[in-house]
Amino acid sequence: MSTNGTLTVRDLAVQYAGQSRRALDGVSLVAAPGQLTAIVGPNGSGKSSLVRSLLGLAPVVQGTITLGAMPMAQWNARERARHIAVVPQREEPAVPLPVAEFVALGRHPHRSAFGALGVTDKRLIDEAMHRAGVSEAAARRTDQLSGGEWQRVRVARALAQDAPVLVLDEPTAFLDVAHEMAVFELLDALAREGRTVLLVSHQLNLVARFAAHLVLLHQGHVAAAGTAADVMRGELLERVYEWPLVVTRDAAVGALALLPLRRQSGGTP
Amino acid sequence: MTTTRRPTRDATTATLPWVMLGGVIVLGAAMLLAIAFGTVSLPLRDVWLALQGQGDPTTISIVQQLRAPRVLLAALVGAGLAMSGGALQGTMRNALAEPYLLGVSGGAAVGAVIAMAFGIAEPLLVTACAFAGAAVATLVVTLLARVVGGGTDTRLLLMAGVVIGAFANAAILVALADAPPEKLRGALWWMMGSAADATWGAVGRLGAAVLLLGGVLVVWARDLDVLSLGEESAAALGVDVSRTALRLFLVASWLAAATVAAAGLVGFVGLVIPNLARAMGARRHRSMLLVGALFGGALLVAADLTARVARAPAELPLGAVTALVGVPFFIARLRRLST
Repeated sequence: MSTNGTLTVRDLAVQYAGQSRRALDGVSLVAAPGQLTAIVGPNGSGKSSLVRSLLGLAPVVQGTITLGAMPMAQWNARERARHIAVVPQREEPAVPLPVAEFVALGRHPHRSAFGALGVTDKRLIDEAMHRAGVSEAAARRTDQLSGGEWQRVRVARALAQDAPVLVLDEPTAFLDVAHEMAVFELLDALAREGRTVLLVSHQLNLVARFAAHLVLLHQGHVAAAGTAADVMRGELLERVYEWPLVVTRDAAVGALALLPLRRQSGGTP
Repeated sequence: MTTTRRPTRDATTATLPWVMLGGVIVLGAAMLLAIAFGTVSLPLRDVWLALQGQGDPTTISIVQQLRAPRVLLAALVGAGLAMSGGALQGTMRNALAEPYLLGVSGGAAVGAVIAMAFGIAEPLLVTACAFAGAAVATLVVTLLARVVGGGTDTRLLLMAGVVIGAFANAAILVALADAPPEKLRGALWWMMGSAADATWGAVGRLGAAVLLLGGVLVVWARDLDVLSLGEESAAALGVDVSRTALRLFLVASWLAAATVAAAGLVGFVGLVIPNLARAMGARRHRSMLLVGALFGGALLVAADLTARVARAPAELPLGAVTALVGVPFFIARLRRLST
C-alpha cells in the first residue's frame, strides 16, 4: 500500500467515559514528511490524548486521522504500528531486556508469531541502533542505561518499526542539556531524511529552533498553528500558559525564545 | 558503512541452549531418582530395566503402574504451573503473579469440586468445570480490584486473588463436609494438592493440555514480551492490548485449571520458577516458558519425592512442600521489589 507520509488529523474529538469535558475538541493538524512538527501546550491541554488517539487507545468520538489517503480507522493494531511508530512518554519494562533484544521488538508488527529474525529485520535493527547512536550499548540491559541512553534506545526501537511516521511524547523529559540537544538533533536529522516526525514537547525554546511547524493546544483546542513566528507570540502564550512571560529573539542563535517572568518579588528578574 | 556490526544476540542469549540442556538433565535425573526412591527403594539399574519391561515382575509393576505415572504427573503439573505463572506475570506486568496467589487455581478447584459433587466423573468435563471456575474467579478478582482501586493496580489484584483463594478453600471445605470419602477426594487433596492417585489416563490428559496450551503460550510468547512493556508501548508495537491480554489470561487460566483437576492446588511453583528462569538468563518469554517448563517439572518431581519420603510412611501434601519452598522466596522477592 502506498502512503505519502502526510499525517492529517481532521476535526478530532476525544471524550473519556465519565468526563463531561472533551479532552480534545475539534482538533485539526497536518504533519508533513521531511520536517519536524511539534505539539506544544500546557499540562492538560490534550497533548497526551492526541498521542493516545494515534495509538488507538483514546475514545475518539468524532473526526478522522489519515496517513496519505488511508484512514487510520481501517487499520488493525498491527497495520497501524507498521505506519506510525510511537515512543510513549513513560515506559518501564517489567522484565529488563538486553538492548538489542529490546530494539528487536520494534520488528514485532512485521513478524509472524514464530520464527527467527530475518535478514531484513536484522539489518533494520542494526541500522536503527546505529542511527540512534546506541550500537555500543547493544549487549547492555535496559535497566543499566543512563536516562539519555534509555530515550535513544526507545527511539531506536521505534526506528526499527520502519514506519513513515514517527511520534514522540516528550522524549527529552528528565534529560540534561546535552542529552536533550542530542535527541533534538537526532529528530531533526530523521525528519530531514524524509520521515514525518511529530514531537510532543514542553521545551518551547528548542521546539522554536528545530520545528518547521508548531501546533499549540489549549484546553483541547488548537490555539495557534504555523511557524515559530506564528505561535511564539507573547500575549498568546501568556493567555494559554496563564503566566506572565515575554518572547524575545535570542541574540546568540537568532531564534524566538520564551522567557517566563516572576510574579512576585517586585518584578526583579 | 563503517559501523562495526555487533551481534544482535548477547551473552545471556548465547548461554540459553546450555540452560535448556541443563534443564533436561536436571528433569531427567529428578524423574529417575523419584522413580527409584520411596517406601521400597530400587537400584537405578533395576528402574532402567523395569521401564523397558524387563526384570522382576514386582519391580516392573511398582515402576510402571505406581511410580512412573506419579512422577510424570508431578512433572507435568510443575511444567504447566510454571508456564501458566510465567504467562500471567507477563500479562499483568508483575513478577509476583501466579495462578495460586491470583485465586485462579482456587476457582478451578471449586469448579471441579462442584462438578464432582454433582456426580460428574468424566475427567474432561471436570477439567472444563475447573476452567469455568477459574474464569469466574478471574472475573471476580478483576472486578474486585477494579471496584476498590478504580484501575488495574496489580498489587490490588494480588490481594483480591488471595482473598478469593481463601474463599475458595472455605467453599471446598463446605462442599466436601459430608462427602463420602470413598466417592470423592477429600478437601485436603484439593486444598493442598497431591500426585498420589496418578493414573496413565491422567498423565495423558494433562500431557495433552500442557503440550497444547503451553504450546499456544510459547507461540504467543512475543506478545507477552510486548505486553510486559506496558499498555502504550504494546499498542505502539501493534498489539491490541485488551484483547491480547484477555486471550493470554484465558489460556494461562485453562492451563492452571488442568493441573488443578489433575493434582489439586499446588502453590508457588508458578511464582518461583519463572523468576528462576529469568535469573538464569531466559529473559524473553519464549525461552522463559521453555526453561520454566523443564525446571518447574523438576521442582515438582523433587517436591513430590520429598512429600513421599520425608515423613514416611506418612505422606506430606504436595502443596505444603511447595509452600515451604515458595513462601520464603515470595518474601525475598517482595523485599527486593519494595526497596
